[in-house]
Order: sequence, then C-alpha cells, then structure tokens
Amino acid sequence: MTTQQNTQNSVAPLRISAGWQATPYSMVFLLFFLIPLGLILMVSFWEFNEYEMIPTFTWHSYISIFEGCTQLNEYGDTCVTLKTYGSTIRISLIVWFITLILGFSVAYFLAFCVRTTAMQTMLFVLCTVPFWTSNVIRMISWIPLLGRNGLVNQSLVGMGLVDQPVEWLLFSEFSVVLAFVHLYTMFMIVPIFNSMMRIDRSLIEAATDNGATAWQTLWNVIIPLSRTGIIIGSIFVITIVMGDFVTIGVMGGQQIASVGKIIQVQTSFLQFPLAAANAVILLLVVLMIIWGLTRLVDIRKEL
Amino acid sequence: MANQNFEPKRPAGYVGLLTVFVLFVIFLYGPMATIFILSFQGPDGGLTFPLQGVSLHWFYKLAEGLGVVDIGAALKRSLVLGLVVMSFTMVMSVLAGLAFRKKLRGGNALFYVTVASLIMPSIIVSLGIGLQFRLLDSALKWCFEYFAMTGMLDTFGTSLGLYSSALGAHLTWTLPFGLLIMFAVFNRFNPAYEEAAQDLGATHWQTFKHVVFPLIAPSVVGVGMFGFTLSWDEIARTSQAIGDVNTLPLELQGLTTTVTNPAIYALGSITTMVSFLVIGLTMLAVKLLSKRRT
Repeated sequence: MTTQQNTQNSVAPLRISAGWQATPYSMVFLLFFLIPLGLILMVSFWEFNEYEMIPTFTWHSYISIFEGCTQLNEYGDTCVTLKTYGSTIRISLIVWFITLILGFSVAYFLAFCVRTTAMQTMLFVLCTVPFWTSNVIRMISWIPLLGRNGLVNQSLVGMGLVDQPVEWLLFSEFSVVLAFVHLYTMFMIVPIFNSMMRIDRSLIEAATDNGATAWQTLWNVIIPLSRTGIIIGSIFVITIVMGDFVTIGVMGGQQIASVGKIIQVQTSFLQFPLAAANAVILLLVVLMIIWGLTRLVDIRKEL
Repeated sequence: MANQNFEPKRPAGYVGLLTVFVLFVIFLYGPMATIFILSFQGPDGGLTFPLQGVSLHWFYKLAEGLGVVDIGAALKRSLVLGLVVMSFTMVMSVLAGLAFRKKLRGGNALFYVTVASLIMPSIIVSLGIGLQFRLLDSALKWCFEYFAMTGMLDTFGTSLGLYSSALGAHLTWTLPFGLLIMFAVFNRFNPAYEEAAQDLGATHWQTFKHVVFPLIAPSVVGVGMFGFTLSWDEIARTSQAIGDVNTLPLELQGLTTTVTNPAIYALGSITTMVSFLVIGLTMLAVKLLSKRRT
C-alpha cells in the first residue's frame, strides 16, 4: 500500500482521505466487535437442543435465567442468578474500594512527592511493568506464599500465632480479592497520576498560603481536580471485575461463582442462547454502572 | 499526617506515602520473585519453600513436555500470533491516528466504539466472536451441501482459528490502546514542523516519511510493545474464540489445576522473561530513536 502511495505521490501530491486511512481500523471493530455483539443479542432469543441452535424468537433463555427469582426459597435464599450477581457486585465493590485508596496513594506519591522527572518516570515504569507480564503467572505466584504450606502459614505457625495452617488464605474470596488488587491497581494509578500531573502546582501553593491544612488541600483541591482520573480508573476496575472468570477461577480454586464464569460454563456446554442472554444482562448491568460514572467526564479531553 | 508545619518541598505525609509506595512495589514484585526462585527448585523440592537444592531440573522437565500438553508448540503459536498482532496494531493505529487528525466522518462513533471495546467485559467479546464463527461454520456447511461440494464438506472443520477468530479477538483488545496512545502523541504534536515541510514543497508522503514518522517513531514502537505483550498474555478474549489449538496462556491456565510440581514455575519464569525481554528491547529502541531525533 505504501509503495503505491509513493509512486502516486511522486507524480502528484495526492492526499489519501481520512476515511480510507481509518478503514482497516474500523473494519476490525465492525467484524470482531459490533457484529458479534449484534449476534449475541439475536441468539439470546433463539432456542437450542443438545446438537444445535434453532433460530426463532422466544424469551425462554431470559425466563429460565430469572426462574424463581421473584420469591425466596425455603432456605430464605434468592435464585442463583441474583445471588451470583450479588456476590460479583460485592467483590467488585471491595476491589474497587481497595484499588482506589491504594492507587490514589501511589499516584499521589509519584505526582507530588518525587522531585525529579527522571525519578518520577523510573518509578512510574516500575509500577507499570508487571502489567505487561502474564496475569496467570502473577496469580499462581501467590501459591508458594499463601498455600497450606506456604510462606505465610510457615511463619504464622513458626511464630506460634496459630496451631493449624490457616486455610482461607488461598482458593478463597480473600485470595480472589488479593489477586484483583495485585493485578489491577495499575488501572487506577495510571489515570489518576495523569490527572494529578495536570494540576497547576500554584493552586496547591495558593491553598497552603491561605492557611489550608494538608487534608483541606487534598480534599478541596487535589481530589476534585483528579476526578477524571478517578472515574476512568473506577470504570476500568469495575468492568474488569464484573466480567471476570479467569482470576476468580484460578484464585477461587474454581469454587466461587461469578457472572463471567456462568457464561463461560454455558458456552463450553454449547448452550449459546443461555450464554448470550446472560451476556446481554451482564452488559446492561455494566452499562448502567458506567453510565452512572461517565456522565461526569469527557474521556477524550484527558489524553 | 495533618502536620501544618511541613517543609515547603516535602509534602505532608511524605514518610507515610513513601512507606505505602515501597510496600506496594514489594507487593507487586515479591510474588513474582518467589516463583522465579522456586523454578530453580531441586529435583526433590515441591511447590513451596524451602528450596531443596538449586537445579535446572524443572526446566528440563518442562522441555520434555507436561503431560499431554505440547508446550513448545503453544509457545511458538503465541509468539507468532503476538508478532502478527503487533504489526497489525502498529499499522492500523498509526493510520487511524492520522485519520483522526483530519476531518473524519463518523470519527466520534469510532472513538466511542474504541472505548466500548476497551471496557467491554472480555467474556462478552469472546462469546460474540465464538458465536459468529460457529454460525459462519453452519452457513459454510450449508453452502457446501447445497452446491454438492462433497470434497469441501469432508475436509472442512471449522473457521475458528488462530489467525481468524483469535487474531480478531486480540485486535479488539490491543487496538484501543494503540489508538489512545496515538491520540496522546498527536495531542502534543507541533504541526509547525509539517507546515514548514509543506511550505518547502514536500509532498504529503514526503512530509510523513521524513518529518512526522521520525517524530512519532518512539511512540509507534511503544504501540508495538502493547500489541505484543497484551497478545502474549491474553486469555479472556481468546478463551471462547479459538478452535482446537490453544495459545500459551490458555495452556498455562489449564495447567494451574493439573500440574503440581515446580515445572509450572519454570514455565512462568520463561514467559515472564520473554515479556521482560520485549519491554527491555522496546525501551532501548525508544531511547535510540529519541536520541536520533535531537
């Protein structure tokens, strides 16, 4: 393509239009994103048997997902779907809260406590490098630490703090949350750091000169001005955790339910209409969360 | 922390924040270091400390293969797919980035689709692509039957594959990063250089080749690194959108439940080293390219 342009241009300066330049990029998203999403919506209204999908229009899949959700069963529990959403949302909120506090503190340190730009860049890269390494490896790297005979249990037993090794450290909700924080705090740090670097330092000086305490400056100047970063980071973390099935699978010992895992299991049993209906519901829930968060910012202005 | 008498250059709570930062870095790298050390576990050692001697035993075990899984083949597949995704990501992101600098019809919509793809739960994208290719399979089989192409009907398996569905799935994840990086680059780009080149009679292509591209080259290398490393580690989007073969991270995910010896750490050390190697090479390239510019 480039050589063609070259020969054409040596004859006359020809400007290829923006539309053509964006075509390969747009085609990828049309073919591998928009059409698949449309198909999910379509298939969620289909029927299926053990062998194949049957094109039709029915609400069967949706109805079977919410079967029994209108009342509590004899154990006082709600249906599987609502319970799964409940636990997935709860894990999302816990992870969101921890990554927000941790990510904000780290970003604050990088943006305001490091004096030279070179040092700042180096420490920033130090925080982001693990993002480019394998998630599964980063998950299983907790096994020698948290396992039954892991380093933590060895130390606890050794110090006489516990008699028996602690069981809930690994393959539990604790290890799932820990792994999420380990993997995705970076998604908070980067946007918040980006927002903080845009804050005019004289605003902070002005606040201090006018007698604001450090907390007042933080609360009234820095946090409002980092709002965009906080929201972008929150969207990333919440959507990743809401749709996750890999981390919850590996770190939960394949024992903890999540919405993503339901979809994955149904897909592997070739129950596509059910999986598709679940995907549509998950998408709606995620969209509502994002809608709530994004009404406040224009992402494009922030790059 | 609310100390009003802090020195002008040291913000309040410096010591506390420094502690948090140091602990965070240990938290990030500590576990990784652990499995790196444990991959040199002696032949009698297990999944946890203590080390029973130091050896390359588990790397040899890994080379012999883990059960039925052909690690070498998976590694090669992931490597080649990563390189393909990398080149596609670089070319398409630069082209789209250039397009967005001009008046692009539907640009806003394309931008929103990009952001949507970035934050869309991966399982949904994966399911959608898997579904799409299965429906395509049905359609193709129907066509072969209809036109009585028995030869095709016998040999045709599935259109799901490494370089069809999996490649597409990876691109929906790498391209948004590529485009956002290009946005960040062009937002800070000074158009005076281009205007100067054009005033001096350069064609659009010459301007791009001799002025714009050398200026953005370090960032393009960065986009390439995102492309490769994100593809190299990708699981969620690939999981439902790949046919009979598996990429390395997918094999690895399967192995976490079946392999109970340090060979899995050896595999972890190798894949992490590949990632570090790519990051290191990228930084070197960026440094060299930036130096040439000044």
